[in-house]
Amino acid sequence: MHWWLPQQGSTFAGPIDGLFIAILIITGIAFVLVEAGLVWFIFRYRRRPGRKAFYTHGNARAEVIWTVIPAVTMVALGVISNHYWVQIKGRNSIPANAYPIGIHAKQFEWQVTYPGPDGKLGTADDFTVRNQLHVPVGRPIVVHLSSEDVIHSFFVPQLRVRQDVVPGMDIKAWFEATVPGDYELGCSQLCGMGHYKMRARVTVHTQADFEVWLKQAAQAAAGGGTGS
Amino acid sequence: MTTAAAPQAAPHAGHAPMSFWRKYIFSTDHKTIGIQFLFVSLFFLLVGGVLAMQIRWQLGFPGRPMPGGGILPETMAPGGVILPEYYIQLVTMHGTFMVFFAIMPLLVGVFANFLIPLKLGAHDMAFPRINMWSFWTAFLAGLIMLAGFFVPDGAARAGWTSYAPLSARPDLSGASYGQMLWCISLVCLGLSSILGSVNYITTVINNRAPGMTWFRMPLSVWSLFITAILGLLALPVLSGAAIMLLFDQTIGTHFFDPAAGGQALLWQHLFWFFGHPEVYILILPAMGMVSDIIANGSRKPIFGYHSMVFAIVGIAFLGWMVWGHHMFVSGMNPTLGSTFMVSTLIIAVPSAIKVFNWMGTMWRGNLHFHVPMLNAVAFVAMFVIGGLSGIYMAATPLDMFIHDTYFIVAHIHYVLFGGSLFALFAAITYWYPKMFGRLMSERWGKIHFWLTFLFYNCTFFPMHIYGMGGAMRRLYDPTQYDFLKPYQPLNQFISISAFLLFATQLIFFLNFWWSLFKGKRAEQNPWHDNGLEWTLPSPAPHGNWERVPTVYRGPYEFSSPQVAEDYLPQTRKLPTDREPVLAPVAGD
Amino acid sequence: MRKLGMVMAAVLACAAALGVSGRGSGDQGGGSITGKVRFTGTKPAMPMIDMTEEATCKAKYTSPPREETVMVNANGTLENVFVYVTAGLPAGATYPAPATPVVLDQTGCHYVPHVFGIMVDQALQIKNSDGILHNIKAKGTKNRPFNISQPSVMTSERKFSAPEVMVPLECNVHGWMHAWVGVLPHPFFSVTGRDGSFSIKGLPPGTYTIEAWQEKYGTQTATVTVTAGAPKTQDFTFAAH
Repeated sequence: MHWWLPQQGSTFAGPIDGLFIAILIITGIAFVLVEAGLVWFIFRYRRRPGRKAFYTHGNARAEVIWTVIPAVTMVALGVISNHYWVQIKGRNSIPANAYPIGIHAKQFEWQVTYPGPDGKLGTADDFTVRNQLHVPVGRPIVVHLSSEDVIHSFFVPQLRVRQDVVPGMDIKAWFEATVPGDYELGCSQLCGMGHYKMRARVTVHTQADFEVWLKQAAQAAAGGGTGS
Repeated sequence: MTTAAAPQAAPHAGHAPMSFWRKYIFSTDHKTIGIQFLFVSLFFLLVGGVLAMQIRWQLGFPGRPMPGGGILPETMAPGGVILPEYYIQLVTMHGTFMVFFAIMPLLVGVFANFLIPLKLGAHDMAFPRINMWSFWTAFLAGLIMLAGFFVPDGAARAGWTSYAPLSARPDLSGASYGQMLWCISLVCLGLSSILGSVNYITTVINNRAPGMTWFRMPLSVWSLFITAILGLLALPVLSGAAIMLLFDQTIGTHFFDPAAGGQALLWQHLFWFFGHPEVYILILPAMGMVSDIIANGSRKPIFGYHSMVFAIVGIAFLGWMVWGHHMFVSGMNPTLGSTFMVSTLIIAVPSAIKVFNWMGTMWRGNLHFHVPMLNAVAFVAMFVIGGLSGIYMAATPLDMFIHDTYFIVAHIHYVLFGGSLFALFAAITYWYPKMFGRLMSERWGKIHFWLTFLFYNCTFFPMHIYGMGGAMRRLYDPTQYDFLKPYQPLNQFISISAFLLFATQLIFFLNFWWSLFKGKRAEQNPWHDNGLEWTLPSPAPHGNWERVPTVYRGPYEFSSPQVAEDYLPQTRKLPTDREPVLAPVAGD
Repeated sequence: MRKLGMVMAAVLACAAALGVSGRGSGDQGGGSITGKVRFTGTKPAMPMIDMTEEATCKAKYTSPPREETVMVNANGTLENVFVYVTAGLPAGATYPAPATPVVLDQTGCHYVPHVFGIMVDQALQIKNSDGILHNIKAKGTKNRPFNISQPSVMTSERKFSAPEVMVPLECNVHGWMHAWVGVLPHPFFSVTGRDGSFSIKGLPPGTYTIEAWQEKYGTQTATVTVTAGAPKTQDFTFAAH
């Protein structure tokens, strides 16, 4: 069991985990300040007979300080976060050379369509594999997400990528895996009684392995429709 | 102090002796209605808790027969083993009951009703009959929601957020009647909230006693007033959306069904446009009542009263501009995400102001740790965690990772249990003597508090770790995922803590019940507080005041150098005080 | 040929069970209709089912499983054709549902049987022999739809309240899993087996309309006059298209 974020498997992991640590530090300071302060006050100012509390209605300078510091911190955090947000999800963030993969979600499976040898979706050499997402390492991937029925959510924790899959919408999300290996794709939006079973295997191949797999899978898919 | 020695019954014009039905059932007395809300919402709190225990059983021990589960029908848990479709009903109804039928009515139904007239010096609500209807509509709504478990296919199962099109199409969710009852119930509840809110707003504006200026109102009343405005504006949106959803389910409209030209995201926009103000409906009254109790327990005026008022107003105002932060990865335009992120981060500022002011109130105080104070301080300590964990998901890139994970579950429970529920334990214990004329047991109150504090943190803190590991919400059996299997011991720890937490709440229920009959008789002002309600006998009589009191100062004059005692009631006239020259009060 | 012997045995066992239930409630000593359902044209290729991501099920097959939309037998007949009486039964006659349940098994992520009949109010026992999650969604129009799940080895029971041919059953966890159930108010139905033959027994003398239903090729009807004691033969032929 991890006590931390999952293994870093994509280019998003750096900024996202960095942001996590930055917020952890900021909130950690606030947390310690407040909780330690509370505990100190509870101990220091506990009731003693014959003592009267200090009669005050507040302090304008203190109010300004604890309004301005959080406000500045939050705005700064917003600016930094937005910088990465635009890179990750911005309308123009998808790299031009991204390799397209179609993912059609339905209760309760992921139908993954690969573009075949021509590298383009929507052509005759496309083929579809159920519940298996194979991607090459070190190359931006753009997934074209569509849904048959209800809202699903495409989520691979190690790749730090999540995007809801909404019926009636064609949503593109991109990522670039950095470490070859086996991961899991899960549905993270309640989609019905089989929600928990809506799982797919994600395999990040080296570029060469991916070519080999693609060829084999294309042949297998083509062979699947004939013979008896 | 005019009414300190008032006789037990203080009827004003038109209050004749009443039948049992008019006095206890179809009562128009705001205190009786508040107490009705209290009993009913505590019942639904228990229901929500029982549902949560079943969820925790399944997550801790997936696929194992649940103790006592044998009484459930074969369609829910054959042989006591919870089925996936029952599990998602549990998840849906736990959230629905806790948010709509436990926390919201406990905060607003109970305390807005009970406190507003008492704290402002009014005889009753502005519209007592509408108030009665507000309760009975809410009660009906609760029964309709509960009925879901008894119809074919069981209760609603699309989550408490009821995302369409799952919620709109029975063929996709597997539930038809349950899903309709969910909508009908929330339409009723919306009606109840509107009736209640109109009443609270009108009463606060019109029925204040002479001298009760806006800035002499206790923060509890301020927060309930602002909450009522939020409720009045937000609940109709939910009701409207629920009616649309009901039409989708029944008469063949397709508002939310893209297969026929509808928009799936429309539901989310409508739901969260209501839902985020709703989150503040669920916390603002808690903040207000905690402010009253912390000032009392610290024997010190509230630190920065005006800042506190402006923070409440600020939260309520900003609360309308942040709903999109629930939808960063929903497919909404990412540029909107940037906007909602900024507004969401900024809403942290008024929350921070409130926390620092509570600390300022305790600073150099003379802290009395009675049970309400213990719970109120725990509220501050736990709300901080819930508030700070909110910053993680406000940052859009990070939200992409932790959205819909247990990190969110931890966050909402730190706010709603650690925040609202601790505040409710504080408030119920605090105003119990004024409601029932008896005090709840101090010893059992403390035992309950410490055990709750311990088990609560054992239950919800590890969920942060689980969520950081990427655990998705609402999974019937997380061990289906290889990467979640190693977390199973953690899940069992959480479950066992949750069972103990639930068992601990029985102490509260028993203490509540036992004290009704056997509790120590309460004096008029057991906490030595300044508010108007403490100038009345315990329990307060029908009609409250024979003569409306006059207010000379704010509610937080503790440890004032002007008097020897460490409190100075709002109604006590000192030689230096002048009579207010305000307009008379309506209804007097 | 394409499946495990176990699966075939189960098909035959269920077909036999149906025959029993059909006979049990009809008039004894009446006439009967038997026949074969033939197939002409090129046998369509059934797509392979990729069960890679469901190891439990994949392990139950020695050769890759295929879909079962059109099942052509070695003797040129069709399996899984539902043949039943649509009209001609005495007006007002009622037929009580048999006490024995019809069993639908889910094994190897596959419904056994693929096509079957059941009487109104007769119990349908749905078995999950795989021990992994299946959901069973019945998308009837005259019957109230149901959608239930079975996360482990277990049996659930459901009934149908109105005649309907056919009610589609499907599993959404395994998108290839389909079955069809014909719900009738009488016991006069049969499903063709591995030899392509069907047999409807116990019919009182009279003139009947019978219909054959095939998943892909639709329906065909025929009119048959049954006399006491004499079996009647009626064949059907479906052509590839």
